Amino acid sequence: MTEQKAKDEIVYDHNRDGINRRGFLKCMAWAGTGAFCVIQGGVLKSYSLSRISEVAAEEMKGELSFVQISDSHMGFNKPANPDVAGTLRAAVDKINALATPPEFLLHTGDISHLSKPEEFDTVDQILKGARAKDVVFVPGEHDVLNDDGKQYLERYGKEAKGAGWYSFDKKGVHFIGLVNVLNLKAGGLGTLGHEQLEWLEDDVKHLQTSTPIIVFAHIPLWSVYPEWGWGTEDSGQALAYLKRFGSVTVLNGHIHQTMQKIEGNVTFHTAASTAFPQPQPGKADSPGPMKVPAEQLRSLLGITDVNYVRGKHALAVVDSSLG
Amino acid sequence: MSLRKAACRFGLAAPLVIGLALLFAGQRNVRANQQEKPAAGAEVKIDNFSFGPQTLTIAAGTTVTWTNRDDIPHTVVSTDGAFKSKVLDTDENFFYTFTKAGTYPYFCSIHPKMTAKVVVQ
Repeated sequence: MTEQKAKDEIVYDHNRDGINRRGFLKCMAWAGTGAFCVIQGGVLKSYSLSRISEVAAEEMKGELSFVQISDSHMGFNKPANPDVAGTLRAAVDKINALATPPEFLLHTGDISHLSKPEEFDTVDQILKGARAKDVVFVPGEHDVLNDDGKQYLERYGKEAKGAGWYSFDKKGVHFIGLVNVLNLKAGGLGTLGHEQLEWLEDDVKHLQTSTPIIVFAHIPLWSVYPEWGWGTEDSGQALAYLKRFGSVTVLNGHIHQTMQKIEGNVTFHTAASTAFPQPQPGKADSPGPMKVPAEQLRSLLGITDVNYVRGKHALAVVDSSLG
Repeated sequence: MSLRKAACRFGLAAPLVIGLALLFAGQRNVRANQQEKPAAGAEVKIDNFSFGPQTLTIAAGTTVTWTNRDDIPHTVVSTDGAFKSKVLDTDENFFYTFTKAGTYPYFCSIHPKMTAKVVVQ
């Protein structure tokens, strides 16, 4: 192990949760520029993307590989990205160039910017260019404007329950897609709601505790920065139903930057946007789009590659930027 | 009571008067008309994920205009269901005429941390 690598691992772990403040901030500092975090035996190991070649080959081989993309905001046309279709195409190129082709794509919402039919059409068309043909979705708040998500359900949620939540199994991994962008209350955060929570409790009741669980939803299911609405009111209840499982990975979007946190057996991860970056929590007056020079833009956008190796404690989650 | 009624009637008639003025009388009369309306606070600007002013106090009959100055869409939704805008993209407006006295809290249903209120006297 090189000296640098040792430095990149988390040394202090007061809560025995695999992460300390310095390690967490280090992960955050890489937001957007690409970070690689692997969890083995509950311990987070993180490396910068420039070092990925040293570990990738060994860590990335597994039974199941998929890519998370998020916040494509088709229809957005302001600084710093007047061409969100172009950057989504770049994301597809990146996906198609991965050494391990993903089995499917997982879109964590804000597919469109204004819920317009032509915006959804454009995203569908561009994603057809990906070699992975299957795409699963959960809605973002921008996908359910004006109609409480009726159009979204017709397009992407025909087989889903309620407002669009569902679960499925793939190679022994149980996937759960949740909706936390509807019926938001004044002053509040994202909301799952009673009906969805009841469904979730029932959905996981009969699973063995050794089943790896992947939960995905648009707004983070952990409290990233409540002042900007970056959290979900009743996510604690949802996570309580998942407490008995040995490996739970939570994938979110919404905040347009990568972040990771570990609490016990739960790993939380947010993906970059393919459209525009947003500021780090509290580092600007508002969470509005960050205006960055054109040549910097693609380094702040990205995709997330997730790999599951059977028998290993957790999943390898790799963020890479578009440029 | 009769004063309030008159104010109410004026408020409802104001857009029509302005419209007619625009059609027949030109810019000067429009300006004159606007001066007769309660001058302050009939506008709310949405900027940096917040409503400004946070509390807007107006007379009954006033039409309030919300304008979205952000790069991100927002909505204007009354907490108790009195009014609800469609989604407002950049520079789009929403109008609502308040006819009854009271306090009207509202928020952006997309970014519910954005809250504010209109007080109608």
